[in-house]
Amino acid sequence: MGMKVTVDKDMCIGAGQCVVTAPDVFDQDDDGFVEVLNESPGEGDAEAVRDAAHVCPARVITVEE
Amino acid sequence: MTTTEVPQETSTSYPMTRECPYRPAAELGRLQAEEPITRARIWDGSTPWLLTRYADVRSVLADPRFSSDPYRDGYPTVAASRKMRQDRQRPSFIFMDDPDHARLRKMLIGEFTVRRIETLRPLIEQTVIELLDAMEAGPRETGSRLAGTSMSTDLVQAFALPLPSLVICHLLGVPYSDHAFFQEQSHALLDLTSGEDTVFGALDALQGYLDDLAETRRRNPADDLISRLGARVDAGELEPSEVSAMAFLLLVAGHETTANMIGLGTLTLLHHPDQAALVRDGDTATVRSAVEELLRVLTVTHLGRRRVALTDVEVDGTLIRAGEGVILAAEAANRDPEKYSDPDDLDVTRGTNQHVAFGFGIHQCLGQPLARIELQIAYPALLRRFPDLRVTVPDSEIRFRDQMAVYGVHELPVAF
Repeated sequence: MGMKVTVDKDMCIGAGQCVVTAPDVFDQDDDGFVEVLNESPGEGDAEAVRDAAHVCPARVITVEE
Repeated sequence: MTTTEVPQETSTSYPMTRECPYRPAAELGRLQAEEPITRARIWDGSTPWLLTRYADVRSVLADPRFSSDPYRDGYPTVAASRKMRQDRQRPSFIFMDDPDHARLRKMLIGEFTVRRIETLRPLIEQTVIELLDAMEAGPRETGSRLAGTSMSTDLVQAFALPLPSLVICHLLGVPYSDHAFFQEQSHALLDLTSGEDTVFGALDALQGYLDDLAETRRRNPADDLISRLGARVDAGELEPSEVSAMAFLLLVAGHETTANMIGLGTLTLLHHPDQAALVRDGDTATVRSAVEELLRVLTVTHLGRRRVALTDVEVDGTLIRAGEGVILAAEAANRDPEKYSDPDDLDVTRGTNQHVAFGFGIHQCLGQPLARIELQIAYPALLRRFPDLRVTVPDSEIRFRDQMAVYGVHELPVAF
């Protein structure tokens, strides 16, 4: 069972923590809001994605496993 | 909320006096273990809640039922000087709740994305080289030659302060040639002991300066952040006063915090030569980890985040009533043993960025990508250029910034 990543972009505050923490999975658009590069990251990114969800200050990242 | 809060009995006061300049007061650790949600008396006699645990601090900071609006009854202001400032200054969005906060912050976040800030890397690296060159060329007004070939200088004035000042000036479009002026005003505003004349004088001078600059840039735009905000004024999205309030926030926050992280961080590393060697010789990942660890242990925004409850909220079994103030002691949360093993140890290889040094919730630091990149460049560059860098006075002769809103050192005499 893989990992599934979703975000609530409307509530994003553009702190960039997710990009710093899991750069292969998250990015920011030109206005600074979160973009998910890979909604189903593999095992290699799993820990970084969990960390990104933890450090997201606006708590807009949801990880289902 | 119009209920007048009656001060509660408490033997705790906040802020507390540090026993050691490198650690928060020991009493915060005791409270964290024994009374993690307690009352503390502050300067005006009121007794807001004081929360010290990592989990509780994060929980409240992320909770929209707590307001950041200092004009609400019960909001626990940092000091008398800050209250004076709030009564006179146009508030920036860090002192607003959503939706006002979101409307204003969202205009800026595109300026501070990780990718956008990365484009500043060459400028920051070049600025670091030039400042280190100037230190090496010494002695000028800030330096003097010691016996033999050794040089000495004040690292704060030579490096820690000018680096972030130059970078934020570039980003905003503030002429760096005015740095003596705005650094003086900024210092007066961050000094918790400033009296009313000093606070009002500095506030009016800096606000007036930025009002004029914002209007100049609106009429004659350049490639900088203040000019881009000016375009939003022309588009009817922003009031001119909102532009200068944003510029005020970014200018002051943009150089004081990073400057003190460089000064105090360097001093801390010099006291831990093994850790300094890891930063000096380490790869990118080690340097990144070291910066996060220094942010965690130093937490230069050392006086707690402040909120007031909008409604009754139960936090970890304690009822916080509507209208009651809350202080979130991030400096304690960052050393919570439930979160960090050996929390008082500096371990630059710890490899976690889960600290709350930048705050948490919707107000978390906007400029954190910029702060990170500046620190990631500054520490190793300094240590590589001057492998013999050393502090020339004992800690007892160093003036630590206990009475400033941002902690650090006023001066750092070094030889190299």
